[in-house]
Amino acid sequence: MESFKSLFDHYNYVVTIVLMVAGLYIVIARGNMIKKLIGLMLFQTSVYLLYIAPGKVIGGTPPVLDAKFTVYSNPLPHVLILTAIVVGVATIALGLALVTRIHEAYGTIEEDEIFARDEQE
Amino acid sequence: MSALTAQLPGLQVVIPLLGAVLAAFIRRGALAWGWAALITATTPVVAFALLVQVWTSGPISYHLGGWPPPIGIEYRVDLLNAFVLVLVSLVSAIMMPYARRSVAHEIDGDKQAWFYCMYLLCLTGLLGITITGDAFNAFVFLEISSLSSYVLIAMGRDRRALVAAYQYLIIGTIGATFYVIGVGLLYLVTGSLNFADIALRLGEASALYQRPVLAGLAFLFVGISLKLALFPLHVWLPNAYAYAPSFATAFLAATATKVAIYLLLRVIFSIYGVALDLKSLPISAVLYPLSIAAMFIASILAVYETNLKRMLAYSSVAQIGYITLGIALMNQAGLTGGIVHLFNHALIKGALFLALGAIVYRAGTVKLDNLGGVGRTMPLTCAAFVVAGMSLMGVPGTAGFISKYYLIVGALNAGMWPIAFLIVASSLIALVYIGRAVEVAYFRPVSSAVAHAKDPPLMMLVPLLVLAFASVYFGIDTELSAGVAGRVAEILLSGIKVGGAN
Repeated sequence: MESFKSLFDHYNYVVTIVLMVAGLYIVIARGNMIKKLIGLMLFQTSVYLLYIAPGKVIGGTPPVLDAKFTVYSNPLPHVLILTAIVVGVATIALGLALVTRIHEAYGTIEEDEIFARDEQE
Repeated sequence: MSALTAQLPGLQVVIPLLGAVLAAFIRRGALAWGWAALITATTPVVAFALLVQVWTSGPISYHLGGWPPPIGIEYRVDLLNAFVLVLVSLVSAIMMPYARRSVAHEIDGDKQAWFYCMYLLCLTGLLGITITGDAFNAFVFLEISSLSSYVLIAMGRDRRALVAAYQYLIIGTIGATFYVIGVGLLYLVTGSLNFADIALRLGEASALYQRPVLAGLAFLFVGISLKLALFPLHVWLPNAYAYAPSFATAFLAATATKVAIYLLLRVIFSIYGVALDLKSLPISAVLYPLSIAAMFIASILAVYETNLKRMLAYSSVAQIGYITLGIALMNQAGLTGGIVHLFNHALIKGALFLALGAIVYRAGTVKLDNLGGVGRTMPLTCAAFVVAGMSLMGVPGTAGFISKYYLIVGALNAGMWPIAFLIVASSLIALVYIGRAVEVAYFRPVSSAVAHAKDPPLMMLVPLLVLAFASVYFGIDTELSAGVAGRVAEILLSGIKVGGAN
């Protein structure tokens, strides 16, 4: 029972880990290049959660200075993740651009078919 | 003048960053090259000034935006990263004249300016990772350099360059994300992102939260190892190097993996080593077998490779094994050997890949079977290849010998004579694959592909010869390489906590 309780107390970490593993699994298991990118996005998104969820201080207000409040949530993780989101968007955009070019060059975006075509040369 | 000196750490990153932005507005390839060469030429000047300053008066702390650390981002220059800054910027500046003809030959006119824009961004990222004292800032620079290097690789002429860039993108992003997870775990337990500040707080935090601290190390280690192509996480590297434009291959081989190794040194010795007893962590236990596997398996793969660029790419994986072996030894001579090999290998591989780029420029192929007799039609290029190749093997009197000498002394000091033997044995495999290329180049009849080839224009030849000369010169005069590396190793090792004594 104790371990169940701790599991539910830390459900945000459970969600993070499930997303992380699911994302990484898709990247490894799928041969379709777009699906791989989707997995990669999921994997990156899980990290956003890892940072942001602990930034919430229970009973804390948004970090706007006011005489009425003394406890504030930590704003730093949000700022960090804002940067990480920008990086993630750039990565996916570049990945999609590459997949488009690969499709033009090979006529397919399945990894095994691409390798087969390279083998033939 | 002193006002300028105080801003040097900032300028090291800001000059190439602004240079990259402005390069994006240039349309003509020749003009973009001139601009990129000018910007690149400033970076070693700044780096040398920083190295001199650090050498004479100790580490520099530069506060971005005037915010003091640990709240603000700090650029912290100590001997280790000043050394890496000099290496990265100097090698880039030496290679830059080479780029003009090589890039014009391999990349369409309207895309050349973009190539130089991406090159400058990549340089910015690499210098940024090296100079920053902030873990998250290092991630941002890591992604700047990675994203631009994916583009550089994708600009190769062969369509396989696209697939290689895509695979590198997937693996590189996983690596960078692992790194952020590791940083996140450290942030959760210490509440800080500044390297020095994390190190201060980590000892206390690890007593309370042992598992997140260890998991953080594991994530950082795997993430960075993906970037530095530690065996068996190297699978992205051979194709990426083989199909990228010649100049991009030489640039990335000489600099990108070296900067990742720097980051690994930082994490191991400046964060974990300061706070915890390194002997109690399984770092060496993981690095020994992987380094030795890299030295042998990657070298043997290189022997069976018929594409010379891929052969050298596998050789890079093997050489990285020597560097990580030096890290695993964790004693003065071993670590000196690792760091000095980081320096020497950058020069050697830079020279070798530039030589291949020159062959691509004249003969249009790097397939071993087509290159019979190339040593007679391109004498200077192949002479440079042979000289750098000898340095790669570690022939006495060359730079490669100095690295291996220190590594062997380090292994013997650690009481591990089998490792000293393995270092020598794996060097002999390098003799086989370099020797095979030499045999084809000099002892076969001249083939049709290279019959009308001749040495490349002077602008390409001079950087190649300079790097080949350097890979011998630093075997004789070791002041800048082994001298500084030894001092760096001393500082790193004196900072770490030793088991028992605090």
